[in-house]
Amino acid sequence: MIKPRPWLPTPLLSLLLLVVWLLLVRSLAFGQILLGTFLAVAIPLATHRFWDAQPHIAKPWLLLRFVLRVLGDILIANIEVAWLIVNPRRRLHPHFVEYPLMLKDRFTITLLANTISLTPGTVSANLRMDGKTLLIHALNARDEDALIAHIRERYERPLKEIYEC
Amino acid sequence: MTLYVILEGVIAFFLVAGGVFAFIGSLGMAHLRDFYMRLHGPTKATTLGIGCMLIASMLYFWVTQGKPDIQEMLITLFLFITAPVSAHLLAKTGLHMQLKHIDETGGRPPELRPEEIGEKPVPHPDRGHG
Amino acid sequence: MLDIALTISLTLVVLALLLNVYRLAVGPDMPDRILALDTMYINSIALIVLMGLWLNTKTYFESALLIAMLGFISTVAVCKYLLRGDIIE
Repeated sequence: MIKPRPWLPTPLLSLLLLVVWLLLVRSLAFGQILLGTFLAVAIPLATHRFWDAQPHIAKPWLLLRFVLRVLGDILIANIEVAWLIVNPRRRLHPHFVEYPLMLKDRFTITLLANTISLTPGTVSANLRMDGKTLLIHALNARDEDALIAHIRERYERPLKEIYEC
Repeated sequence: MTLYVILEGVIAFFLVAGGVFAFIGSLGMAHLRDFYMRLHGPTKATTLGIGCMLIASMLYFWVTQGKPDIQEMLITLFLFITAPVSAHLLAKTGLHMQLKHIDETGGRPPELRPEEIGEKPVPHPDRGHG
Repeated sequence: MLDIALTISLTLVVLALLLNVYRLAVGPDMPDRILALDTMYINSIALIVLMGLWLNTKTYFESALLIAMLGFISTVAVCKYLLRGDIIE
């Protein structure tokens, strides 16, 4: 893992920018790599003052497992929601849930909210200004506590472990 | 030869799956009964549908042009990053405008507090404004 | 086989676009219309990708990317406007 330096405040973002640039120009020529590297260094330098500090990733392997798990959940749960929409005899029970957050860092809360929105059946609707509760709208949930426990065990705990251990 | 048949089948499968998911997402948006439920269809099913189609396109051009090209991944990545953000903002807008939700909806009717929507400019929670 | 799959997919996407137009026309509220427009953006990306497959060219991917960005930004801008009465504060 590359350590952040004064001229390279966010190494991961720089890497991502370089990859995106190479994908955009669709070439691996030396000139394009050089230009991409220049942009990847210059853009974070120009803009990093606007951003919150990104937390340190403690366990990259767990992050990979988390991403794979979320992708799998998106697939499976999408099929469930598709069935809920198509099924003519459905009785949906939408539910507003106030989810008490365990995470404290703004960046990880953003990640959690995005994960919740991407996993079907739930959309994160509002984060309280104090950053302690997240309002979630569930498409079909009867048991509020079960939903909270599910999100906590499946998504929030791994995130906490990855970023804030 | 058989390899091409199998690949063709895979591409066709992804294409049809993408179309079906995109359609179901829009169907959910068209006929569910309140705004918050309508929000669920497009943000997820449609995004997954586009993902499937882009995978199909990626495979197709890989097979026909003979070299891998993952430019489509950019669109997929972009959509998967932006879809939750716009869903969140739309849900918040709905809450702010106090749209009706159907009677079966469980849980407390949500209220936005004044500091979440009210006076501007909103100070940054950590540093204050300016 | 690919032709049939492409035709089925195109039909489904066009039907999806029609459903979006229905929601855009019916409303009943502003956020519903924004949601319909946002979904139309995404479905039009699907249409462009399918057209690229149909015509066997990769020329249109940049336009798909641009549509994705414009759609996201306009959705966020209109939401911000409804939420705060202002876009850039």
